[in-house]
Amino acid sequence: MEPFTKLTGIAAPLPMQNIDTDKIIPARFLKTIKRSGLGVHLFDPLRFNKDGSEKPEFVLNQEPYRKAEIIVAFENFGCGSSREHAPWALLDFGIRCIIAPDFADIFFNNSFKNGILPVRLPREVCDQLVEDAKMGGNARITVDLERQVVVRPNGEEIHFEIDAFRKHLLLNGLDDIGQTLQHGTAIDTYEAQQKQDRSWMPTTTAA
Amino acid sequence: MSASKPRTLFDKIWDAHVVERLPDGTCILYIDRHLLHEVTSPQAFEGLRAAGRKLRRPDLHIAVADHNIPTVGSRVPEDIKEEDSRIQVQTLEKNVVEFGVPYIPILDKRQGIVHIIGPELGLSLPGTTLVCGDSHTSTHGALGSLAFGIGTSEVEHVMATQTLLQAPQKNMRIDVTGTLGLGCTAKDVVLAIIGKITTAGGNGHVIEYTGDTITNLDMAGRMTVSNMTIEAGARAGLIAPDQRTFDYVKGRDFAPKGEAWDKALAYWKTLPTDPGAHYDTNVFMTSAEIAPMVTWGTTPGQVIPVTGVVPDPMLIEDEGKRSQHLRMLEYMGLTPGQHMTDVKVDVIFIGSCTNGRIEDIRAAAHVAKGRKVADGVQALVVPGSGLVKAQAEADGLDRILLEAGFEWRDPCCSMCLGMNPDKITAGQRCASTSNRNFEGRQGIGGRTHLVSPAMAAAAAVTGRFADVRQFG
Ligand code: SF4
Repeated sequence: MEPFTKLTGIAAPLPMQNIDTDKIIPARFLKTIKRSGLGVHLFDPLRFNKDGSEKPEFVLNQEPYRKAEIIVAFENFGCGSSREHAPWALLDFGIRCIIAPDFADIFFNNSFKNGILPVRLPREVCDQLVEDAKMGGNARITVDLERQVVVRPNGEEIHFEIDAFRKHLLLNGLDDIGQTLQHGTAIDTYEAQQKQDRSWMPTTTAA
Repeated sequence: MSASKPRTLFDKIWDAHVVERLPDGTCILYIDRHLLHEVTSPQAFEGLRAAGRKLRRPDLHIAVADHNIPTVGSRVPEDIKEEDSRIQVQTLEKNVVEFGVPYIPILDKRQGIVHIIGPELGLSLPGTTLVCGDSHTSTHGALGSLAFGIGTSEVEHVMATQTLLQAPQKNMRIDVTGTLGLGCTAKDVVLAIIGKITTAGGNGHVIEYTGDTITNLDMAGRMTVSNMTIEAGARAGLIAPDQRTFDYVKGRDFAPKGEAWDKALAYWKTLPTDPGAHYDTNVFMTSAEIAPMVTWGTTPGQVIPVTGVVPDPMLIEDEGKRSQHLRMLEYMGLTPGQHMTDVKVDVIFIGSCTNGRIEDIRAAAHVAKGRKVADGVQALVVPGSGLVKAQAEADGLDRILLEAGFEWRDPCCSMCLGMNPDKITAGQRCASTSNRNFEGRQGIGGRTHLVSPAMAAAAAVTGRFADVRQFG
């Protein structure tokens, strides 16, 4: 996983609530067995007409937002399905950070696991950042994970909260599995204990 | 631990599964059961392969293909016409062999939608942790299992370590009391709940449903409620196991037997929430707030009684919300003030992990009996599993439905999501017993209204949304 340290880039304003996973990547594009290549379908219902042509009014079809690395959106971003294709599609398009007042839980988790930083900031701040983002290429936004700040184009710094463990993993590009496997003995001990405490537990090979 | 402070059902299951608490509070949580399907697992197997890892406990996993399987014609993988669907199913079949994962083949009569067959086969058990790469895993919470959907990276994590890294969740209680009115079902209960607390209301929480309205539901109804928990933003929705749960589980294929059953039962009886335990959030509702419901918008929270009218966006103060609401009405092809019972339907879908159980099909057949599907309406009934299908046929429900002009299909996710040949087309309006009415969910440009099975059948024979209370 690619580490996330500090990112300065173009932010695309997407001032909508409840951007669900079917908008981020509709179900018909889930029929893949790979993680890459989904960027072309990102936000398909918002981005393309039925004949496949671009909707010019959609922000990611406009310059300079075709190169956006940050998205600023409103409440409940990523609600709906558990499909990890949503962060894969965002990442494949080039998005590394999403700023919103809050996120759906599963999407929030999935983002971290793919090197995307979801930043929770109050709605008033997101309103300001949307305005900043509308200034396009003249107004880059910086997200500094180490210092936990978002820097507005006017230099104002806004602090954000993040779980220390997730921050550590993201800064170092560490994958969760490697981390957990370091606790292998604890898992062994748990399993041995469980065999006694809940000896009734059947396996999936039992029937 | 009798002297410790009172705990909720969720606290108890959580505590019993903590392998290790990390300094920041994140827990390594042991997972007792992992169910896999073909859509969210290929990249996880790919990840394991790339890292040279194996499954730590393949005997706690079980796989089934459901999302891509056609509901008519041949069901063998080689015959699936859409290439990418076929590849996903074949990839699953290859992966389960390579990694030694127990698998329920497509032609096995126990095959079906993963959230239908988990409880049906006794794979989902009280007091266990159960995960699946699918958000409607919340379904299994109806049996008192801490069950939640995970992403593909987490699928890989469970395969490699039999654990997940989880931050503790908050406890929310949704207490519903009172006898349900005529024509009201579990689906109406859960739609009313989501309408009340909104689609983000449960974020960060595990919900426990309590109250006599909930406990009086049969197991199928409880599963319908837990199933849609995720639509209220919470990943897991629990119902305390009681005698009804135990009677349901006993004797099922994978359930504990003999002495193990007695031990399990003794343990399960200790699970219900202790008196005085703390919930971070409490929601109280009564059955008076519940009528036969129908959604009008493109999120499951936009729901009204079938006797209601489409809400007027002009009454909304917040400009952003108002414009979203307007856009939604345009997408749905509805006008403010329109009576839902005047809205015509094109397609009916009865099935999915929300309402694809035998009780649901029975409810639909009850309304369909002696009536005919309205002209120009296509009505699909898709049992949730091979066992549900066999039961329905043994009970003669298929004949009632076929005579009324419904189509009787083979088990799969079908029209719940636009991923297999069963889709609706742009502008078509569907009364659906599934769980999501997002734009394009059932096919590009399709318009979905969520309803109960009886309401869907009533719409089928009327050609419009209809109040099921008028169908004795
Ligand atoms: S029936 Fe629908 S919601 Fe349930 S698992 Fe299948 S696609 Fe998902």
